[in-house]
Amino acid sequence: MPLGLIMAKIFVDNIEYEVPDGKNLLEVCLSLGFNLTYFCWHPAMHSVGACRQCGVINFKDENDKRGRLVMSCMQAATNGTRISIEDPRARAFRAGNIEALMLNHPHDCPVCDEGGECHLQDMTVMSGHNYRRNTFKKRTHYNQYLGPFINHEMNRCIQCYRCVRFYNDYAGGKDLAVFAAHDDVYFGRQEEGVLENEFSGNLVEVCPTGVFTDKVLRKHYTRKWDLTSAPSVCHQCSLGCNILTSERYGGIRRILTRYNGDVNGYFICDRGRFGYEYTNSDQRIKQPSKNTDNSSQPLSTEDALHDVKDSIFSKKNIIGIGSPRASLESNFMLKELVGENNFYGGIPKRESDLVHRVISILHQGKVKTPSLKEVESYDAILILGEDVTNTAPMLALAVRQAAKNQPREKAYALRIPQWDDAAVRESVQGQTGPVYLLTTHHTKLDEIATKAEYAAPDDIAITGFEIVQQITRLSQSANGDESSQSFTASVARDLLKAKKPLIISGTSLYNTAIIQAAANIAYSLKDNGKDAGLVYAVPEVNSMGMSMLEQKNLDDAIGRAKEGGVDAVIIAENDLYFRVDRDIANDFLKNCHHVLVLENLQNETTTKADYILPAGTFAESTGTVVNNEGRAQRFYQVYKPSNEMRSSWDWLNEIRNSISGVHAENFDAVVDEMIKKYPELAKVKSVAPDANFRKGTQKIPRETARYSGRTAMLANINVSEPKPPVDKDSPLSFTMEGYQGVPPSPDVPFFWSPGWNSVQSINRYQTEVGGALHGGNPGVRLLEPSNENKSGYFNQSTEKFSRREGEWLVIPFYHIYGSDELSVKGPALAERIPPVYIAMNGKDLEKGNLKDGDHIEITFNQNKLSISVKSENTLPEGIAGLPKGFKETTGIEFPFWGRIRKV
Amino acid sequence: MEQPLTQHIKKDGSVLSLKEYEAVGGYQGLKKALKMTPKEVMQMVKDSNLRGRGGAGFPTGMKWSFVPMDDHAPHPKYIVANGDEMEPGTFKDRVLVEGNPHQLIEGMIISAYAIQADISYIFLRWAYHEAAKRVEVAIHEAYQAGYLGERIAGSDFHLEMHLHTSVGRYMCGEETALLNALEGKRANPRSKPPFPQVSGLFGKPTIVNNVETFNNIPHIIDKGTEWYQALSKSPDGGGTKLYGVSGHVKKPAIWELPLGVSLRELIEEHAGGMMDGYKFRAALPGGASTDFLTEEHLDVAMDFTNVMKAGSRMGTGTVIVLDDKTCPVGMVLNLEKFFAQESCGWCTPCREGLPWTAKILDAIENGRGMMNQLDILSFETVYMAPGNTFCALAPGAMEPLQSALKYFREDFERHIKEHKCPWD
Repeated sequence: MPLGLIMAKIFVDNIEYEVPDGKNLLEVCLSLGFNLTYFCWHPAMHSVGACRQCGVINFKDENDKRGRLVMSCMQAATNGTRISIEDPRARAFRAGNIEALMLNHPHDCPVCDEGGECHLQDMTVMSGHNYRRNTFKKRTHYNQYLGPFINHEMNRCIQCYRCVRFYNDYAGGKDLAVFAAHDDVYFGRQEEGVLENEFSGNLVEVCPTGVFTDKVLRKHYTRKWDLTSAPSVCHQCSLGCNILTSERYGGIRRILTRYNGDVNGYFICDRGRFGYEYTNSDQRIKQPSKNTDNSSQPLSTEDALHDVKDSIFSKKNIIGIGSPRASLESNFMLKELVGENNFYGGIPKRESDLVHRVISILHQGKVKTPSLKEVESYDAILILGEDVTNTAPMLALAVRQAAKNQPREKAYALRIPQWDDAAVRESVQGQTGPVYLLTTHHTKLDEIATKAEYAAPDDIAITGFEIVQQITRLSQSANGDESSQSFTASVARDLLKAKKPLIISGTSLYNTAIIQAAANIAYSLKDNGKDAGLVYAVPEVNSMGMSMLEQKNLDDAIGRAKEGGVDAVIIAENDLYFRVDRDIANDFLKNCHHVLVLENLQNETTTKADYILPAGTFAESTGTVVNNEGRAQRFYQVYKPSNEMRSSWDWLNEIRNSISGVHAENFDAVVDEMIKKYPELAKVKSVAPDANFRKGTQKIPRETARYSGRTAMLANINVSEPKPPVDKDSPLSFTMEGYQGVPPSPDVPFFWSPGWNSVQSINRYQTEVGGALHGGNPGVRLLEPSNENKSGYFNQSTEKFSRREGEWLVIPFYHIYGSDELSVKGPALAERIPPVYIAMNGKDLEKGNLKDGDHIEITFNQNKLSISVKSENTLPEGIAGLPKGFKETTGIEFPFWGRIRKV
Repeated sequence: MEQPLTQHIKKDGSVLSLKEYEAVGGYQGLKKALKMTPKEVMQMVKDSNLRGRGGAGFPTGMKWSFVPMDDHAPHPKYIVANGDEMEPGTFKDRVLVEGNPHQLIEGMIISAYAIQADISYIFLRWAYHEAAKRVEVAIHEAYQAGYLGERIAGSDFHLEMHLHTSVGRYMCGEETALLNALEGKRANPRSKPPFPQVSGLFGKPTIVNNVETFNNIPHIIDKGTEWYQALSKSPDGGGTKLYGVSGHVKKPAIWELPLGVSLRELIEEHAGGMMDGYKFRAALPGGASTDFLTEEHLDVAMDFTNVMKAGSRMGTGTVIVLDDKTCPVGMVLNLEKFFAQESCGWCTPCREGLPWTAKILDAIENGRGMMNQLDILSFETVYMAPGNTFCALAPGAMEPLQSALKYFREDFERHIKEHKCPWD
């Protein structure tokens, strides 16, 4: 039932409003800006009518003077609906409901982590309840250990049921439940233990009070109004979820979801939320330094620039190595500094080719890549070769929502409104629409899959090409093979039956044919009149952006250095030991003779550097990154570090100034230079307002109006309050002074509205609840498909996988906690990394006289790795899976053939 | 006086076997029904003016008519007998199920035929062990005799039947919570609409009727609507009703009587009046979740409309009598403790409000009460009014309390002033 197409006239306290017909009244009232209290309703999870906090008086017509109390979340707004929010009976009921909730809620706000950002506090004040009549003891509960991310404090629970609804119904979790009954209801795990779901951190935001709170924040707790925050983009995978990053006392304290109606909506994954701790690591590089084999000498910025000019730029052949985790601007400035011919992307050829292939398909192919949020609107999905839960977690969450679309049609046919969540779910009975998975081994999404098949990477591609043939066959012959139950036939049939079929693939298996097969399937669906979509997950936050600037890759650089064509190298935010084999990296750095590294954390590459410049992470930098959709998004420096850390582009700009006197005056000037040189990036200019933007005459404050301690926090050093730092690169100020209203959507540093101190204040930043942010959702798409389909269909050139005697094809296995380069360096996330293993089919183990847990030695390209085996029977025989990016496997280039021997 | 529902129940407490049931006309109604169209069966039930016996008194035929009946109607459709009977003071369904389980089964098969259901469940209170055994045997007998399964009694109609014994929550008596429990979920109620007739058990069209309601069906079909209507003394609905009386009366029991007998007749004639030394003070006319009626209401006809007019509800028709030697505050406390414990914990007013109410009543009853707590209690009765809560549990729980505050306010105040229960 499409809502929002027809408008209805409703009356709220006798004033007429025009609203979308059929939406629930609570949502409508919030969109209209009314202060109406609620708990259990959530804009992404809709209504269940449990908390009774949104009671209003509903009148039959203008002659009905009495009316009756209804829950606005459970009533549709239709033409002529008349309600009163202000009726004294409704007010008394809502206040009474808060009184009831407060019977057992502890009065511990002063010591509660949620205090000051608590929806229950806000709603209590809004309801008018303020006098305590209860004289009895409150009920108490035991709290559970829930792992390194989430703290549990059940006494505070007001039983809104949002946690289990999010965790189980929305995110597919299985280890959080509701126990017991009456006022003893308990939300927790069956027994203490780590919350398993990849999206558990959202409980922190979903919980309206302090039951589920951020345990990582708790380690370095600060009051939430005392945080300095900036709009940011998650750097922990390629999806570019929008986040709010917050600082106090020079350290990042927490990350929250930054609502973006086109990207991540209300949620982010746990890697994104808790994976920031590396920014506070004692491995951070904070000072420029000059290094020799056995000494490291700190340098001032001035000396460093001087030295770099003399020691590096006196050399003839200087090359630059960019990075997919550095911003567009940083990659661009490096390219400017070393010259077009001397700039190399920071990834090996194999990966570079894949990303370029993806870009060309999305740009020259004829099928649109949807935004992450739009993925939720597709009604049949095929995933080729990608373990999205681990490579692009939020994409898996979107797929879980999309899987509900087809069965929900039946509920809508029964006239059940889409906001009536419990009724919709009852009608759907947990059924999922067509979701087909073709992966190398069992992945978590299998549990919602119509069918999941497992194959070797090349065979995945071959099956993909077969699906195209099936689609052609089915569409061409009136009596095509309707009955075949084969995987390819089922997939083809369901994709053709769907209104909006979606193909998801990615670069994770390093297999071009899979990417081509996915494109062919999408093209053929489009040719059959389908509104098809095509999504690729790519490796890193700015893989797309870097590749747009890259003509040559890391292998090219390595080749050139080997031939003696390099005298010095500048490496921007890239640990080469994470990219290539250790020996290759060693040789390369040696062959480059002089090494300058801009980096944020110490790593093996920095140990080989002659000069190190402290580059900011996403927290201390401003920049633009391009996500897997081709959406350019801006992230802002959160705070001004007291040390020498700064954005890489800023360092490179300063170096350029010192050697040639050319200086870009600020971030905007760098962007201007970039788009002048690369007109295809012109839209980057409009990603966010430039630094001159003002609301009236005011900048946008990074600190809330309630920020405290500005004078006191440095008083131990100097009692005079320092001059606030100036941000020349953005319209954001580093203080609490500035525009107090709703800023432009890309520049929202925190969500707050009078009376709404919690994240629920997002309602006030949207054109309508759950819709776009005022002024449009942030981000600009750089890639749109071509109508001419310049890309065309790809030919199948892959041969079927055949196993080798005594050798295994070792492919990468991905882990949300473990496979990403930087997030693993934070202690909370590190706790979640599983022990390293090598996965093989049980039959292969048997043949090798091996069992689970046995130690083996794997030999490949002169390397040896000793590791324990794990059986994974879905993995085809002859193939082994090895976690990517783990300490033990860093730098390994997948896939490779290895010999395995028991030790 | 005809007693179609209970006349064949044996006085020795043993169960009526299939043979015995058939010998007294059992399954004749089913055979007749199978020769009619489902629509005709439904129409007859409508015409009989049978109203649901679970407490709400909703017209049964009308309830059925909301089930989608066209060729595209979703299947399987379900029919469920609500035998959870956990209302304090109520034990009428137990008498029917233990005494004559085939009457229930026959009623369910006919009802299933009327809505073209495929699968049926008898949802039985956890504590009814004997009834469960007997139902199990009866279902087996009915399958053996061809009344259940494929091609029932030679017709094209088929029906499966299962017994489900509850785990024992009062909430399971609420039809949508019952459906959730039957699905293996928490026994939380569901919001309506959608009604179970459209999206019920496992999201499919479902009818839930009370055990007593089903017991009426075979007789309506067998003997006709005019006969059935004439059984009742009340224009309010057809048939007889199982009435019960408990409390300090001489002969507490269950009787099948014409719908609409007076409260006085029930207590004074059938229950033999108050026990010696006890004086009638008030009564809950239809189970624990109905308002008190007092002496002035004794001549009220026990039907849906008249009890409502008197300020209460007929509910299950099982009367609990309060006498002058029993503390009304203690009685209400006892009830509210029960309701507070049985709240499923889904909606705020019920989950938080009922335990608070019980704690306050406990304080008052034990001499620790304060006058302002009477205001809180009054507020709670408004706060938990129908519509304010998710289902009818809390509003039902408020009915004895709000009427007690009305009729026995002095008793409450005495508790508080004297700091003790005057009945102690």
